[in-house]
Amino acid sequence: MSDSKPQTLVEESDAKIGTTGHDWDGIKELNNPLPRWWLWTFYATIVWGVIYTVLYPAWPLVNGATAGVFGWSTRGEVAAEQAAFAQRNTPLANALAAADLPQVAADTSGELHRYAVSSGAAVFRTHCSQCHGSGAAGAIGYPNLLDSDWLWGGSVSDIAMTVRHGIRNDTDGDARWSQMPAFGEILSNAEIDAVVEHVREISDQEHDIALAATGAEVFASNCASCHGDAGEGMRDEGAPDLSDAIWLYGGDRDALHTTVNQARFGVMPAWGARLSDAEVAAVATYVHQLGGGEAEIEKVHP
Amino acid sequence: MFPRRVSGRFRQLKWAIMAVTLGIYYLTPWIRWDRGPNLPDQAVLIDLAQRRFYFFFIEIWPHEFYFVAGLLIMAGLGLFLFTSALGRVWCGYTCPQTVWVDLFILVERWIEGDRNARIRLWRQSWDIHKWRLRLTKWLVWLLIAAATGGAWVFYFADAPTLAGQLATFQAPAVAYTSIGVLVATTFVFGGFMREQVCNYMCPWPRIQAAMMDDGTITVAYRDWRGEPRGKHRKGAKAAAASRIATAYAAPESAADAVVQQGDCIDCMACVNVCPAGIDIRDGQQMECITCALCIDACDDMMDRVGQPRGLIGYLALTDETKERAGEPPVPMLRHVLRPRTIVYTVLWSLIGVGLVVALLMRSDIDMTVAPVRNPTYVLEPDGSVRNIYDVRLRNMSNVPRDFSLSLTSDAALNLSLQGEDASTVSVPANEILLQRVYVTAAPGSSAATGDHTDLTLMVEDFAAGTSASVATTFNGRVSQ
Repeated sequence: MSDSKPQTLVEESDAKIGTTGHDWDGIKELNNPLPRWWLWTFYATIVWGVIYTVLYPAWPLVNGATAGVFGWSTRGEVAAEQAAFAQRNTPLANALAAADLPQVAADTSGELHRYAVSSGAAVFRTHCSQCHGSGAAGAIGYPNLLDSDWLWGGSVSDIAMTVRHGIRNDTDGDARWSQMPAFGEILSNAEIDAVVEHVREISDQEHDIALAATGAEVFASNCASCHGDAGEGMRDEGAPDLSDAIWLYGGDRDALHTTVNQARFGVMPAWGARLSDAEVAAVATYVHQLGGGEAEIEKVHP
Repeated sequence: MFPRRVSGRFRQLKWAIMAVTLGIYYLTPWIRWDRGPNLPDQAVLIDLAQRRFYFFFIEIWPHEFYFVAGLLIMAGLGLFLFTSALGRVWCGYTCPQTVWVDLFILVERWIEGDRNARIRLWRQSWDIHKWRLRLTKWLVWLLIAAATGGAWVFYFADAPTLAGQLATFQAPAVAYTSIGVLVATTFVFGGFMREQVCNYMCPWPRIQAAMMDDGTITVAYRDWRGEPRGKHRKGAKAAAASRIATAYAAPESAADAVVQQGDCIDCMACVNVCPAGIDIRDGQQMECITCALCIDACDDMMDRVGQPRGLIGYLALTDETKERAGEPPVPMLRHVLRPRTIVYTVLWSLIGVGLVVALLMRSDIDMTVAPVRNPTYVLEPDGSVRNIYDVRLRNMSNVPRDFSLSLTSDAALNLSLQGEDASTVSVPANEILLQRVYVTAAPGSSAATGDHTDLTLMVEDFAAGTSASVATTFNGRVSQ
């Protein structure tokens, strides 16, 4: 194996390209260097790599990395981009903040309306979706904003008012505030059961007729002052309509019993303190056009 | 590579094809086509910003991209068809690389002279004379490359406007970048890399081997006639003529008619003119683009030495064996019309007919329906159940039109539009309008209390009598 043919091959190659001079037990290393262009490309990448690490953030340190001569960072780039967008939207935002909101809401093909809906959607996803859901369908205790049922009114100015001042918070003196006593301390358990049957009757649900009749009397003396004689609710007071199909905390017997017994209150922050006027206007317009928005109602004060 | 100048019928054909293809490429963006107001007047325009493709009277929207896919498939099948019938005929005559290399070589020959002069210049040291010729050549090449890159961007914007912008440095950066890239690639590929692009960068030469068979017509050297090759001697003419006559007339005696020398005079004309730099006498090779310039060169030489043409010619491998045995070759048409090529032609035509039918039958109104699934349904105070659909209405005509929306379903469902009291919306010309559509089921109805109900949304333009419809579902309170 060691003598004839392979040896000749090596010798032939030796003559042509030479060896490196390395010889291990008769095995010679041929001198086949890399092509010159390849080497130069390799050196160029090394030089480029060094330059790059000087110019841009590169070497990891304990708290971050070297900043680089350009001071470039992804965070900075995002911030610059956001600033550019904000800058571009400033005229529209100013116009929206100064505009007559009902008019913006009504003009569905207007530029301000489109801006309000798309920027309002972003505000909603950032600040509102945690409670009201990303599709605005709400949850138990958190109102559904897609339907036509409103505790405090569904016109765009009502919605803007709610957003700005919030519900039952201590931080804003103008917050919407409704109050229901915990009737467990006022009524007997039997009276509460009866009033629950009455409420199920007026909301068109399956109910005990005899008990509901008793409940009607309890309702008239304890509940009608806020919820109305027919249970239709009172928006100025934020008292829910009890005769419709929508229940914030549930319309079954257990849920209703608990509501009457303990009373339940949801809280919403005053967003006027955190959002700009334009953002409040935008999110109100967005919510208004989701499906339940109502027209402005002329308020007549006697 | 220094291909020598050649003249002949295939060279003439190549000049003609070059003129036509380059003419189409450079001039098409400048053809005007009046589409009425608000629409571009350019006959062929790829409007990426508006996502439209205009081709004379045809206007393609993004959702009709299957037209483009169909055309690409047809182009592919067409390539298969031509390759299986005629080998690398695409490469030899119409491939942009071939056409521009041809044009570049023309410029090169015009400035630096023909093959021998160019070789001399190449070997010569870099004196003023060489620099002058080289710089002139490169300048002309750059001008051609600039025209090439320039023509490309005109397909993507209104040509006269863009030309003005380009001249005053007002054009978008992407236009300059595109031109820059195309100038660079045209200059380098056409001027310096030439046949290396075909041999090393292009995948087609390797694929085409699978598309060709024994019946494919390619450029081939008739070595039964040419070999053994040798220098031209006077008096060989008569011998050769009688040998060929005998071969065709009396096949059985062809073997006896073998003489000392073949017809090939080993003048190397076929090698010198070859843009791929191969010797066709070595047989069919991957590098051969069947451009037939060697046929022209050889025919010319055969004429000069007074021998019949066709020592190199278009023929199939099966013909080669037939001719060698002294039989007449199969007619060209029989080669072209083989089951394989017929299948390709039929497939190609079917897709073409399908596209034309689709083009004629398409409606100029269209809609897509995206049911809102967050939430799946909305319960209203009166107990009715509402579903929301995001409906995109496309008005693919030049005038604003009133679209009337309606629905059909087995269950009792009502349709209403957000922000509109009527069920009709006006969609501006050539636009897509996003319209939220509410579908409501009455309290206690089967659709309201049930799971899923089928319904079909329909959009109609009563004025034009066209319509479109989409089937979707309605979610009741049981659904989740």
